[in-house]
Amino acid sequence: MSDFGTVASIAADVASGRASARAILEQHLVRIDTREGEVHAFNLVMRERALESAAEIDDRVKRGDNPGRLAGVPVALKDNMCTRGVDTTCSSRILEGWKPPYDATAVKKLAAEGAVFIGKTNLDEFAMGSSTENSAFGPTRNPLDTSRVPGGSSGGSAAAVAAGFAAGSLGSDTGGSIRQPAALCGLVGVKPTYGLVSRYGLVAFASSLDQIGPFTHTVEDAAILTEVIAGHDPMDSTSIPQPAPDLVGVLGAGVKGLRIGRVADLPKGADPDVLARLDAAFDALAEAGATIVDVRLPSLSFALTAYYLIAPAEASSNLARYDGVRYGKRVAAGDINTMYADTRESGFGDEVKRRIMLGTYALSAGYYDAYYGKALKVRRLIADDFARAYADADVILTPTSPSVAFRFGSKTDDPLAMYLCDIFTIPTNLAGHPAMSVPFGTGQDGMPVGVQVLAPTLGEATMFRAAAELERAV
Amino acid sequence: MSQRLTAADVAKVARLARLNVSPEEVERYTRQLDGMLDHFADIDSLELANVEPMTQPYPLVNVLRPDVEQPCLDRDEVLSVAPAAEDGRFRVPPSGGLHE
Repeated sequence: MSDFGTVASIAADVASGRASARAILEQHLVRIDTREGEVHAFNLVMRERALESAAEIDDRVKRGDNPGRLAGVPVALKDNMCTRGVDTTCSSRILEGWKPPYDATAVKKLAAEGAVFIGKTNLDEFAMGSSTENSAFGPTRNPLDTSRVPGGSSGGSAAAVAAGFAAGSLGSDTGGSIRQPAALCGLVGVKPTYGLVSRYGLVAFASSLDQIGPFTHTVEDAAILTEVIAGHDPMDSTSIPQPAPDLVGVLGAGVKGLRIGRVADLPKGADPDVLARLDAAFDALAEAGATIVDVRLPSLSFALTAYYLIAPAEASSNLARYDGVRYGKRVAAGDINTMYADTRESGFGDEVKRRIMLGTYALSAGYYDAYYGKALKVRRLIADDFARAYADADVILTPTSPSVAFRFGSKTDDPLAMYLCDIFTIPTNLAGHPAMSVPFGTGQDGMPVGVQVLAPTLGEATMFRAAAELERAV
Repeated sequence: MSQRLTAADVAKVARLARLNVSPEEVERYTRQLDGMLDHFADIDSLELANVEPMTQPYPLVNVLRPDVEQPCLDRDEVLSVAPAAEDGRFRVPPSGGLHE
Protein backbone atom coordinates (compact mmCIF):
# COMPACT_ATOMS: atom_id res chain seq x y z
CA MET A 1 0.00 0.00 0.00
CA SER A 2 1.05 3.60 -0.13
CA ASP A 3 0.94 6.98 1.54
CA PHE A 4 -1.44 8.37 -1.07
CA GLY A 5 -5.16 8.64 -0.38
CA THR A 6 -7.39 5.76 -1.42
CA VAL A 7 -10.46 5.99 -3.64
CA ALA A 8 -12.65 5.13 -0.64
CA SER A 9 -11.08 7.70 1.71
CA ILE A 10 -11.05 10.53 -0.85
CA ALA A 11 -14.70 9.98 -1.82
CA ALA A 12 -15.74 9.89 1.84
CA ASP A 13 -13.77 13.05 2.65
CA VAL A 14 -15.16 14.98 -0.31
CA ALA A 15 -18.77 13.82 0.18
CA SER A 16 -18.69 14.78 3.87
CA GLY A 17 -17.03 18.14 3.21
CA ARG A 18 -13.86 17.24 5.16
CA ALA A 19 -11.88 17.98 2.01
CA SER A 20 -12.72 19.79 -1.21
CA ALA A 21 -12.43 18.08 -4.57
CA ARG A 22 -10.29 21.00 -5.65
CA ALA A 23 -7.80 20.54 -2.79
CA ILE A 24 -7.57 16.81 -3.53
CA LEU A 25 -7.02 17.52 -7.22
CA GLU A 26 -4.32 20.07 -6.46
CA GLN A 27 -2.39 17.56 -4.33
CA HIS A 28 -2.36 15.22 -7.31
CA LEU A 29 -1.40 17.98 -9.76
CA VAL A 30 1.54 18.92 -7.54
CA ARG A 31 2.77 15.32 -7.63
CA ILE A 32 2.35 15.33 -11.42
CA ASP A 33 4.34 18.58 -11.68
CA THR A 34 7.08 17.08 -9.52
CA ARG A 35 7.52 13.64 -11.12
CA GLU A 36 5.71 13.37 -14.46
CA GLY A 37 8.85 14.53 -16.29
CA GLU A 38 10.73 11.38 -15.30
CA VAL A 39 7.77 8.94 -15.20
CA HIS A 40 5.85 9.94 -18.36
CA ALA A 41 2.61 8.26 -17.30
CA PHE A 42 0.42 10.57 -19.39
CA ASN A 43 -0.14 11.37 -23.04
CA LEU A 44 -2.31 14.24 -21.84
CA VAL A 45 -2.86 15.86 -18.44
CA MET A 46 -6.40 17.26 -18.42
CA ARG A 47 -5.66 20.06 -15.97
CA GLU A 48 -8.33 22.59 -16.98
CA ARG A 49 -11.13 20.06 -17.39
CA ALA A 50 -10.20 18.42 -14.09
CA LEU A 51 -10.37 21.78 -12.30
CA GLU A 52 -13.82 22.37 -13.82
CA SER A 53 -15.06 18.91 -12.74
CA ALA A 54 -13.68 19.38 -9.23
CA ALA A 55 -15.47 22.74 -8.93
CA GLU A 56 -18.69 21.08 -10.05
CA ILE A 57 -18.33 18.36 -7.39
CA ASP A 58 -17.64 20.95 -4.70
CA ASP A 59 -20.78 22.84 -5.78
CA ARG A 60 -22.84 19.69 -5.54
CA VAL A 61 -21.56 19.01 -2.03
CA LYS A 62 -22.31 22.60 -1.00
CA ARG A 63 -25.84 22.35 -2.41
CA GLY A 64 -26.40 19.15 -0.45
CA ASP A 65 -26.78 17.06 -3.64
CA ASN A 66 -25.41 13.52 -3.77
CA PRO A 67 -21.92 13.94 -5.29
CA GLY A 68 -21.63 10.22 -6.16
CA ARG A 69 -19.61 7.24 -4.96
CA LEU A 70 -16.43 8.62 -6.51
CA ALA A 71 -16.89 12.24 -5.45
CA GLY A 72 -13.73 14.14 -6.30
CA VAL A 73 -11.61 11.04 -6.88
CA PRO A 74 -8.87 11.79 -9.45
CA VAL A 75 -8.96 8.98 -12.03
CA ALA A 76 -6.66 8.44 -15.01
CA LEU A 77 -7.87 6.80 -18.22
CA LYS A 78 -5.86 4.63 -20.58
CA ASP A 79 -5.58 6.55 -23.83
CA ASN A 80 -7.50 3.89 -25.78
CA MET A 81 -10.82 4.89 -24.19
CA CYS A 82 -12.90 7.42 -26.05
CA THR A 83 -13.39 10.75 -24.31
CA ARG A 84 -15.60 13.17 -26.20
CA GLY A 85 -13.67 16.17 -27.47
CA VAL A 86 -10.45 15.02 -25.74
CA ASP A 87 -7.51 13.54 -27.69
CA THR A 88 -7.55 9.74 -27.79
CA THR A 89 -4.41 8.42 -29.47
CA CYS A 90 -3.88 4.76 -28.46
CA SER A 91 -0.24 6.00 -28.36
CA SER A 92 -0.22 5.74 -32.14
CA ARG A 93 0.76 8.33 -34.74
CA ILE A 94 -2.20 7.18 -36.80
CA LEU A 95 -4.67 8.62 -34.26
CA GLU A 96 -2.59 11.61 -33.14
CA GLY A 97 -4.86 14.62 -32.67
CA TRP A 98 -8.13 12.67 -33.00
CA LYS A 99 -10.92 13.87 -30.71
CA PRO A 100 -13.68 11.24 -30.43
CA PRO A 101 -17.27 12.39 -30.93
CA TYR A 102 -18.50 10.26 -27.98
CA ASP A 103 -17.56 8.89 -24.54
CA ALA A 104 -16.87 5.24 -23.71
CA THR A 105 -19.56 3.73 -21.46
CA ALA A 106 -17.06 3.02 -18.65
CA VAL A 107 -15.95 6.65 -18.79
CA LYS A 108 -19.56 7.87 -18.60
CA LYS A 109 -20.23 5.62 -15.60
CA LEU A 110 -17.23 6.97 -13.69
CA ALA A 111 -18.23 10.56 -14.48
CA ALA A 112 -21.78 9.91 -13.30
CA GLU A 113 -20.37 8.91 -9.89
CA GLY A 114 -18.32 12.10 -9.54
CA ALA A 115 -14.87 10.94 -10.68
CA VAL A 116 -12.49 13.70 -11.80
CA PHE A 117 -10.55 12.73 -14.95
CA ILE A 118 -6.99 13.87 -14.54
CA GLY A 119 -5.46 12.59 -17.76
CA LYS A 120 -5.09 10.08 -20.57
CA THR A 121 -2.33 7.56 -19.93
CA ASN A 122 0.40 6.14 -22.12
CA LEU A 123 0.28 2.58 -23.46
CA ASP A 124 2.01 0.28 -25.88
CA GLU A 125 0.65 1.33 -29.27
CA PHE A 126 -2.89 -0.05 -29.61
CA ALA A 127 -2.23 -2.00 -26.37
CA MET A 128 0.25 -4.31 -28.10
CA GLY A 129 3.09 -4.93 -25.69
CA SER A 130 4.08 -5.81 -22.16
CA SER A 131 6.37 -2.92 -21.22
CA THR A 132 4.93 0.36 -22.62
CA GLU A 133 8.14 0.63 -24.66
CA ASN A 134 6.09 0.39 -27.88
CA SER A 135 4.40 3.79 -27.43
CA ALA A 136 4.87 6.20 -30.34
CA PHE A 137 5.27 8.94 -27.72
CA GLY A 138 8.10 7.37 -25.70
CA PRO A 139 8.16 4.87 -22.85
CA THR A 140 6.64 5.19 -19.37
CA ARG A 141 9.00 4.53 -16.45
CA ASN A 142 8.23 2.50 -13.34
CA PRO A 143 7.83 5.02 -10.50
CA LEU A 144 9.34 2.52 -8.02
CA ASP A 145 12.58 2.31 -10.05
CA THR A 146 12.79 4.47 -13.15
CA SER A 147 15.43 2.22 -14.75
CA ARG A 148 12.71 -0.40 -15.12
CA VAL A 149 9.54 -0.76 -17.18
CA PRO A 150 6.13 -0.39 -15.55
CA GLY A 151 4.82 -3.36 -17.54
CA GLY A 152 2.24 -3.04 -20.23
CA SER A 153 0.31 -2.41 -22.14
CA SER A 154 -1.49 -0.25 -19.56
CA GLY A 155 1.85 0.95 -18.16
CA GLY A 156 0.80 4.60 -17.97
CA SER A 157 -2.33 3.79 -15.96
CA ALA A 158 -0.27 1.68 -13.55
CA ALA A 159 2.47 4.29 -13.21
CA ALA A 160 -0.07 7.09 -12.65
CA VAL A 161 -1.52 5.32 -9.62
CA ALA A 162 1.84 4.08 -8.30
CA ALA A 163 3.25 7.63 -8.45
CA GLY A 164 0.20 9.18 -6.76
CA PHE A 165 -0.87 11.11 -9.88
CA ALA A 166 -4.34 9.52 -9.62
CA ALA A 167 -6.10 7.56 -6.88
CA GLY A 168 -7.27 4.98 -9.39
CA SER A 169 -7.18 4.40 -13.12
CA LEU A 170 -8.70 2.33 -15.87
CA GLY A 171 -6.73 0.05 -18.14
CA SER A 172 -7.67 -2.57 -20.69
CA ASP A 173 -6.60 -6.21 -20.57
CA THR A 174 -6.41 -8.35 -23.70
CA GLY A 175 -3.71 -10.77 -22.53
CA GLY A 176 -2.62 -9.37 -19.17
CA SER A 177 -2.35 -5.66 -19.88
CA ILE A 178 -3.90 -4.69 -16.53
CA ARG A 179 -2.67 -7.50 -14.29
CA GLN A 180 0.99 -7.57 -15.37
CA PRO A 181 1.65 -3.81 -14.93
CA ALA A 182 -0.28 -3.92 -11.64
CA ALA A 183 2.11 -6.64 -10.44
CA LEU A 184 5.19 -4.75 -11.66
CA CYS A 185 4.09 -1.49 -9.99
CA GLY A 186 2.83 -2.99 -6.69
CA LEU A 187 -0.87 -2.36 -7.33
CA VAL A 188 -4.17 -4.20 -7.43
CA GLY A 189 -5.31 -4.77 -11.02
CA VAL A 190 -8.52 -6.45 -12.15
CA LYS A 191 -9.57 -8.05 -15.43
CA PRO A 192 -13.30 -8.67 -15.05
CA THR A 193 -15.28 -11.46 -16.74
CA TYR A 194 -15.54 -10.89 -20.50
CA GLY A 195 -18.80 -8.99 -20.99
CA LEU A 196 -19.10 -7.68 -17.42
CA VAL A 197 -17.82 -4.21 -18.39
CA SER A 198 -19.00 -2.61 -21.62
CA ARG A 199 -16.40 -2.28 -24.38
CA TYR A 200 -18.36 0.52 -26.07
CA GLY A 201 -15.85 3.28 -26.70
CA LEU A 202 -12.81 1.11 -25.97
CA VAL A 203 -10.73 1.20 -29.14
CA ALA A 204 -10.74 -2.44 -30.24
CA PHE A 205 -7.56 -4.55 -30.26
CA ALA A 206 -8.87 -8.15 -30.09
CA SER A 207 -12.61 -8.01 -29.60
CA SER A 208 -13.14 -11.49 -28.13
CA LEU A 209 -10.43 -10.88 -25.49
CA ASP A 210 -10.48 -7.15 -24.58
CA GLN A 211 -11.89 -6.08 -21.21
CA ILE A 212 -11.70 -2.83 -19.21
CA GLY A 213 -10.72 -2.90 -15.53
CA PRO A 214 -9.25 -0.80 -12.71
CA PHE A 215 -5.85 -0.18 -11.09
CA THR A 216 -5.87 0.83 -7.42
CA HIS A 217 -3.77 0.69 -4.25
CA THR A 218 -6.28 -1.44 -2.33
CA VAL A 219 -8.62 -4.36 -2.97
CA GLU A 220 -11.53 -2.30 -1.62
CA ASP A 221 -10.83 0.48 -4.14
CA ALA A 222 -10.69 -2.09 -6.94
CA ALA A 223 -14.05 -3.47 -5.81
CA ILE A 224 -15.59 0.02 -5.82
CA LEU A 225 -14.34 0.87 -9.32
CA THR A 226 -15.34 -2.53 -10.71
CA GLU A 227 -18.85 -2.15 -9.30
CA VAL A 228 -19.16 1.32 -10.86
CA ILE A 229 -18.04 0.36 -14.38
CA ALA A 230 -19.79 -3.06 -14.54
CA GLY A 231 -23.29 -3.80 -15.77
CA HIS A 232 -25.22 -4.38 -18.97
CA ASP A 233 -24.86 -1.92 -21.84
CA PRO A 234 -27.12 -2.16 -24.89
CA MET A 235 -24.36 -0.44 -26.91
CA ASP A 236 -22.11 -3.54 -26.61
CA SER A 237 -23.63 -6.70 -28.10
CA THR A 238 -21.25 -8.85 -26.02
CA SER A 239 -22.29 -7.21 -22.74
CA ILE A 240 -23.72 -9.75 -20.29
CA PRO A 241 -27.35 -8.88 -19.47
CA GLN A 242 -26.86 -8.81 -15.69
CA PRO A 243 -26.53 -6.05 -13.12
CA ALA A 244 -23.16 -5.17 -11.55
CA PRO A 245 -22.13 -7.59 -8.77
CA ASP A 246 -21.80 -6.68 -5.07
CA LEU A 247 -18.08 -6.85 -4.37
CA VAL A 248 -17.44 -4.38 -1.55
CA GLY A 249 -19.92 -6.32 0.59
CA VAL A 250 -17.93 -9.58 0.43
CA LEU A 251 -14.48 -8.22 1.28
CA GLY A 252 -14.74 -9.10 4.97
CA ALA A 253 -16.15 -12.57 4.40
CA GLY A 254 -12.81 -14.36 4.75
CA VAL A 255 -11.79 -17.57 3.00
CA LYS A 256 -12.91 -20.20 5.50
CA GLY A 257 -14.22 -23.14 3.50
CA LEU A 258 -12.94 -21.85 0.16
CA ARG A 259 -11.03 -24.31 -2.02
CA ILE A 260 -7.90 -22.66 -3.45
CA GLY A 261 -6.46 -24.35 -6.54
CA ARG A 262 -2.73 -24.87 -6.95
CA VAL A 263 -1.78 -25.68 -10.55
CA ALA A 264 0.24 -28.90 -10.28
CA ASP A 265 1.44 -28.64 -13.90
CA LEU A 266 2.09 -24.88 -13.95
CA PRO A 267 4.07 -23.91 -17.09
CA LYS A 268 7.74 -23.28 -16.33
CA GLY A 269 9.27 -19.84 -16.62
CA ALA A 270 8.58 -18.06 -13.34
CA ASP A 271 11.59 -16.81 -11.36
CA PRO A 272 12.28 -18.39 -7.93
CA ASP A 273 11.53 -15.13 -6.06
CA VAL A 274 8.09 -15.00 -7.69
CA LEU A 275 7.36 -18.66 -6.91
CA ALA A 276 8.42 -18.12 -3.28
CA ARG A 277 5.80 -15.39 -2.90
CA LEU A 278 3.18 -17.64 -4.51
CA ASP A 279 3.98 -20.34 -1.93
CA ALA A 280 3.63 -17.75 0.83
CA ALA A 281 0.22 -16.77 -0.57
CA PHE A 282 -1.00 -20.38 -0.40
CA ASP A 283 0.27 -20.59 3.19
CA ALA A 284 -1.54 -17.36 4.12
CA LEU A 285 -4.87 -18.54 2.72
CA ALA A 286 -4.50 -21.97 4.36
CA GLU A 287 -3.74 -20.21 7.63
CA ALA A 288 -6.95 -18.20 7.19
CA GLY A 289 -9.03 -21.36 6.87
CA ALA A 290 -9.01 -22.16 3.14
CA THR A 291 -8.28 -25.61 1.74
CA ILE A 292 -5.51 -25.90 -0.84
CA VAL A 293 -6.30 -28.38 -3.63
CA ASP A 294 -4.19 -29.49 -6.59
CA VAL A 295 -5.67 -28.88 -10.04
CA ARG A 296 -4.27 -29.72 -13.48
CA LEU A 297 -4.43 -27.50 -16.55
CA PRO A 298 -2.54 -29.56 -19.16
CA SER A 299 -3.39 -27.28 -22.10
CA LEU A 300 -2.08 -24.17 -20.37
CA SER A 301 1.35 -24.44 -21.98
CA PHE A 302 -0.31 -24.07 -25.41
CA ALA A 303 -2.11 -20.86 -24.43
CA LEU A 304 0.70 -18.61 -25.67
CA THR A 305 0.45 -20.01 -29.18
CA ALA A 306 -3.35 -19.84 -29.25
CA TYR A 307 -3.28 -16.26 -28.00
CA TYR A 308 -0.59 -15.02 -30.37
CA LEU A 309 -2.56 -16.37 -33.32
CA ILE A 310 -6.05 -15.30 -32.19
CA ALA A 311 -5.20 -11.81 -30.89
CA PRO A 312 -3.20 -10.72 -33.99
CA ALA A 313 -5.88 -12.22 -36.27
CA GLU A 314 -8.58 -10.14 -34.58
CA ALA A 315 -6.27 -7.12 -34.50
CA SER A 316 -5.51 -7.35 -38.22
CA SER A 317 -9.24 -7.14 -38.84
CA ASN A 318 -9.96 -4.41 -36.27
CA LEU A 319 -7.05 -2.24 -37.40
CA ALA A 320 -8.22 -2.33 -41.03
CA ARG A 321 -10.34 0.70 -40.10
CA TYR A 322 -7.26 2.94 -39.94
CA ASP A 323 -7.25 3.80 -43.60
CA GLY A 324 -6.99 7.57 -43.55
CA VAL A 325 -10.63 8.05 -44.55
CA ARG A 326 -12.72 8.82 -41.46
CA TYR A 327 -10.34 9.78 -38.66
CA GLY A 328 -6.74 10.21 -37.70
CA LYS A 329 -3.78 10.57 -40.00
CA ARG A 330 -3.88 10.63 -43.79
CA VAL A 331 -0.88 10.62 -46.11
CA ALA A 332 -2.11 12.32 -49.27
CA ALA A 333 -1.80 10.36 -52.51
CA GLY A 334 -3.22 10.49 -56.04
CA ASP A 335 -5.32 7.33 -55.64
CA ILE A 336 -7.07 5.66 -52.75
CA ASN A 337 -5.05 2.43 -52.56
CA THR A 338 -1.77 4.31 -52.38
CA MET A 339 -3.34 6.57 -49.75
CA TYR A 340 -4.34 3.55 -47.62
CA ALA A 341 -0.94 1.91 -47.81
CA ASP A 342 1.10 5.09 -47.31
CA THR A 343 -1.09 6.17 -44.38
CA ARG A 344 -0.80 2.80 -42.64
CA GLU A 345 2.93 2.54 -43.32
CA SER A 346 3.69 5.90 -41.75
CA GLY A 347 1.03 5.75 -39.00
CA PHE A 348 1.66 2.34 -37.43
CA GLY A 349 4.72 1.41 -35.37
CA ASP A 350 6.86 -1.70 -35.74
CA GLU A 351 5.05 -4.01 -33.27
CA VAL A 352 1.62 -3.08 -34.62
CA LYS A 353 2.75 -3.85 -38.17
CA ARG A 354 4.28 -7.14 -37.02
CA ARG A 355 1.01 -8.22 -35.42
CA ILE A 356 -1.10 -7.10 -38.39
CA MET A 357 1.17 -9.18 -40.64
CA LEU A 358 1.04 -12.20 -38.33
CA GLY A 359 -2.74 -11.96 -38.05
CA THR A 360 -3.26 -11.43 -41.77
CA TYR A 361 -1.07 -14.45 -42.46
CA ALA A 362 -2.94 -16.63 -39.92
CA LEU A 363 -6.24 -15.70 -41.59
CA SER A 364 -5.10 -15.90 -45.22
CA ALA A 365 -6.28 -18.48 -47.73
CA GLY A 366 -4.34 -21.72 -47.35
CA TYR A 367 -3.19 -21.00 -43.78
CA TYR A 368 -6.48 -20.34 -41.97
CA ASP A 369 -7.03 -23.97 -40.89
CA ALA A 370 -3.41 -24.54 -39.95
CA TYR A 371 -3.17 -21.46 -37.72
CA TYR A 372 -6.30 -19.50 -36.80
CA GLY A 373 -8.65 -22.50 -36.99
CA LYS A 374 -6.35 -24.62 -34.85
CA ALA A 375 -5.86 -21.82 -32.33
CA LEU A 376 -9.63 -21.59 -31.79
CA LYS A 377 -9.68 -25.30 -30.98
CA VAL A 378 -6.82 -24.92 -28.50
CA ARG A 379 -8.82 -22.10 -26.93
CA ARG A 380 -11.63 -24.61 -26.34
CA LEU A 381 -9.21 -27.09 -24.72
CA ILE A 382 -8.04 -24.39 -22.32
CA ALA A 383 -11.61 -23.43 -21.39
CA ASP A 384 -12.43 -27.13 -20.85
CA ASP A 385 -9.35 -27.53 -18.61
CA PHE A 386 -10.51 -24.61 -16.48
CA ALA A 387 -14.05 -26.01 -16.28
CA ARG A 388 -12.66 -29.29 -14.87
CA ALA A 389 -10.38 -27.43 -12.44
CA TYR A 390 -13.23 -25.29 -11.15
CA ALA A 391 -15.19 -28.40 -10.27
CA ASP A 392 -12.56 -28.92 -7.54
CA ALA A 393 -11.50 -25.36 -6.73
CA ASP A 394 -13.34 -22.06 -6.13
CA VAL A 395 -10.38 -19.91 -7.19
CA ILE A 396 -6.89 -20.65 -8.51
CA LEU A 397 -3.66 -18.87 -7.60
CA THR A 398 -0.74 -18.45 -10.01
CA PRO A 399 2.01 -15.87 -10.46
CA THR A 400 0.87 -12.78 -12.38
CA SER A 401 4.19 -12.10 -14.11
CA PRO A 402 7.12 -14.55 -14.41
CA SER A 403 9.47 -11.89 -13.04
CA VAL A 404 9.57 -8.56 -11.23
CA ALA A 405 9.78 -5.39 -13.37
CA PHE A 406 12.60 -5.75 -15.90
CA ARG A 407 14.98 -3.10 -17.21
CA PHE A 408 14.42 -1.02 -20.34
CA GLY A 409 15.52 -2.60 -23.60
CA SER A 410 16.05 -6.06 -22.15
CA LYS A 411 13.35 -7.67 -24.32
CA THR A 412 12.82 -5.19 -27.16
CA ASP A 413 14.90 -7.07 -29.76
CA ASP A 414 13.14 -10.38 -29.27
CA PRO A 415 9.34 -10.22 -29.74
CA LEU A 416 8.90 -13.78 -28.46
CA ALA A 417 10.73 -13.02 -25.19
CA MET A 418 8.34 -10.11 -24.66
CA TYR A 419 5.33 -12.32 -25.43
CA LEU A 420 6.45 -14.78 -22.73
CA CYS A 421 5.74 -12.06 -20.10
CA ASP A 422 2.06 -12.91 -20.59
CA ILE A 423 2.30 -16.66 -20.09
CA PHE A 424 0.31 -16.68 -16.81
CA THR A 425 -2.22 -14.01 -17.76
CA ILE A 426 -3.40 -14.93 -21.26
CA PRO A 427 -5.23 -18.18 -20.38
CA THR A 428 -7.81 -16.09 -18.49
CA ASN A 429 -8.54 -13.94 -21.53
CA LEU A 430 -8.88 -16.98 -23.79
CA ALA A 431 -11.40 -18.50 -21.34
CA GLY A 432 -13.14 -15.14 -20.73
CA HIS A 433 -12.78 -15.51 -16.97
CA PRO A 434 -12.03 -12.84 -14.34
CA ALA A 435 -8.61 -12.60 -12.71
CA MET A 436 -6.81 -10.04 -10.61
CA SER A 437 -3.31 -9.32 -9.42
CA VAL A 438 -2.75 -8.53 -5.74
CA PRO A 439 0.58 -7.19 -4.44
CA PHE A 440 2.10 -9.81 -2.15
CA GLY A 441 5.46 -8.67 -0.89
CA THR A 442 8.67 -8.16 -2.80
CA GLY A 443 11.15 -10.22 -4.76
CA GLN A 444 14.46 -9.53 -6.46
CA ASP A 445 15.95 -6.08 -5.74
CA GLY A 446 13.00 -5.25 -3.48
CA MET A 447 10.62 -4.93 -6.44
CA PRO A 448 6.97 -5.87 -5.89
CA VAL A 449 5.57 -9.31 -6.73
CA GLY A 450 1.93 -9.85 -7.65
CA VAL A 451 -0.08 -12.98 -7.00
CA GLN A 452 -2.86 -13.68 -9.48
CA VAL A 453 -6.28 -14.85 -8.28
CA LEU A 454 -8.32 -16.53 -11.03
CA ALA A 455 -12.01 -17.40 -10.89
CA PRO A 456 -14.63 -18.85 -13.25
CA THR A 457 -17.06 -16.74 -15.32
CA LEU A 458 -18.81 -14.15 -13.11
CA GLY A 459 -16.87 -15.45 -10.08
CA GLU A 460 -15.77 -11.92 -9.13
CA ALA A 461 -17.23 -12.07 -5.60
CA THR A 462 -15.22 -15.16 -4.63
CA MET A 463 -12.14 -13.77 -6.36
CA PHE A 464 -12.37 -10.54 -4.34
CA ARG A 465 -12.83 -12.50 -1.08
CA ALA A 466 -9.56 -14.32 -1.68
CA ALA A 467 -7.83 -11.12 -2.80
CA ALA A 468 -8.95 -9.27 0.34
CA GLU A 469 -7.55 -12.08 2.49
CA LEU A 470 -4.19 -11.89 0.71
CA GLU A 471 -4.13 -8.15 1.30
CA ARG A 472 -4.78 -8.65 5.01
CA ALA A 473 -2.02 -11.27 5.22
CA VAL A 474 0.77 -9.43 3.44
CA MET B 1 15.73 -25.37 -39.59
CA SER B 2 13.34 -25.37 -42.51
CA GLN B 3 11.76 -22.04 -43.27
CA ARG B 4 8.04 -21.83 -42.60
CA LEU B 5 7.53 -18.67 -44.58
CA THR B 6 9.48 -16.84 -47.26
CA ALA B 7 10.12 -13.21 -48.09
CA ALA B 8 7.61 -13.58 -50.92
CA ASP B 9 4.94 -14.71 -48.41
CA VAL B 10 5.66 -11.68 -46.24
CA ALA B 11 5.50 -9.29 -49.19
CA LYS B 12 2.14 -10.78 -50.18
CA VAL B 13 0.77 -10.51 -46.63
CA ALA B 14 1.88 -6.87 -46.51
CA ARG B 15 -0.06 -6.18 -49.72
CA LEU B 16 -3.15 -7.88 -48.28
CA ALA B 17 -2.84 -5.78 -45.13
CA ARG B 18 -2.35 -2.56 -47.15
CA LEU B 19 1.07 -1.91 -45.66
CA ASN B 20 3.97 -0.57 -47.68
CA VAL B 21 7.03 -2.34 -46.36
CA SER B 22 10.63 -1.72 -47.31
CA PRO B 23 12.95 -4.57 -48.41
CA GLU B 24 14.69 -4.25 -45.02
CA GLU B 25 11.36 -4.67 -43.23
CA VAL B 26 10.46 -7.69 -45.38
CA GLU B 27 13.77 -9.31 -44.38
CA ARG B 28 13.26 -8.55 -40.68
CA TYR B 29 9.58 -9.56 -40.54
CA THR B 30 10.35 -12.78 -42.41
CA ARG B 31 12.97 -13.70 -39.81
CA GLN B 32 10.82 -12.70 -36.82
CA LEU B 33 7.56 -14.22 -38.04
CA ASP B 34 9.33 -17.41 -39.07
CA GLY B 35 10.73 -17.71 -35.54
CA MET B 36 7.27 -17.21 -34.07
CA LEU B 37 5.64 -19.77 -36.37
CA ASP B 38 8.37 -22.18 -35.34
CA HIS B 39 7.41 -21.70 -31.68
CA PHE B 40 3.71 -21.94 -32.55
CA ALA B 41 4.27 -25.42 -34.04
CA ASP B 42 3.88 -26.72 -30.47
CA ILE B 43 0.12 -27.07 -31.06
CA ASP B 44 0.74 -29.45 -33.98
CA SER B 45 1.18 -32.23 -31.41
CA LEU B 46 -2.41 -31.84 -30.14
CA GLU B 47 -5.27 -34.06 -31.26
CA LEU B 48 -7.85 -31.49 -32.37
CA ALA B 49 -10.02 -33.31 -34.92
CA ASN B 50 -13.06 -33.54 -32.62
CA VAL B 51 -12.65 -30.23 -30.80
CA GLU B 52 -15.25 -27.52 -31.39
CA PRO B 53 -13.60 -24.13 -32.19
CA MET B 54 -14.23 -21.43 -29.57
CA THR B 55 -14.74 -18.01 -31.10
CA GLN B 56 -16.02 -16.15 -28.06
CA PRO B 57 -16.05 -16.76 -24.32
CA TYR B 58 -19.63 -15.87 -23.40
CA PRO B 59 -21.93 -16.95 -26.21
CA LEU B 60 -24.86 -14.60 -26.66
CA VAL B 61 -26.88 -14.96 -29.85
CA ASN B 62 -29.21 -12.66 -31.76
CA VAL B 63 -28.45 -9.66 -29.58
CA LEU B 64 -30.77 -6.87 -30.65
CA ARG B 65 -31.51 -3.56 -29.04
CA PRO B 66 -35.12 -2.39 -28.68
CA ASP B 67 -36.33 -1.04 -32.03
CA VAL B 68 -36.60 2.52 -30.80
CA GLU B 69 -35.05 5.59 -32.41
CA GLN B 70 -31.92 6.76 -30.61
CA PRO B 71 -29.85 9.88 -31.11
CA CYS B 72 -26.81 9.07 -33.26
CA LEU B 73 -23.41 10.72 -33.51
CA ASP B 74 -23.47 14.34 -34.59
CA ARG B 75 -22.54 14.48 -38.28
CA ASP B 76 -20.71 17.79 -38.11
CA GLU B 77 -18.74 16.64 -35.07
CA VAL B 78 -17.74 13.40 -36.81
CA LEU B 79 -16.73 15.14 -40.04
CA SER B 80 -14.85 17.84 -38.17
CA VAL B 81 -12.25 15.26 -37.07
CA ALA B 82 -12.01 13.55 -40.49
CA PRO B 83 -8.85 14.07 -42.59
CA ALA B 84 -10.96 15.58 -45.40
CA ALA B 85 -14.69 16.26 -45.78
CA GLU B 86 -16.89 18.04 -48.29
CA ASP B 87 -20.65 18.58 -48.56
CA GLY B 88 -21.37 16.55 -45.43
CA ARG B 89 -19.34 13.55 -46.61
CA PHE B 90 -15.83 12.11 -46.27
CA ARG B 91 -13.64 13.14 -49.18
CA VAL B 92 -11.17 10.59 -50.61
CA PRO B 93 -8.88 10.48 -53.64
CA PRO B 94 -10.09 8.57 -56.72
CA SER B 95 -9.97 4.78 -56.74
CA GLY B 96 -7.82 2.99 -59.29
CA GLY B 97 -4.17 2.11 -59.00
CA LEU B 98 -5.16 -1.28 -57.55
CA HIS B 99 -2.25 -3.21 -56.08
CA GLU B 100 -3.38 -6.57 -57.35
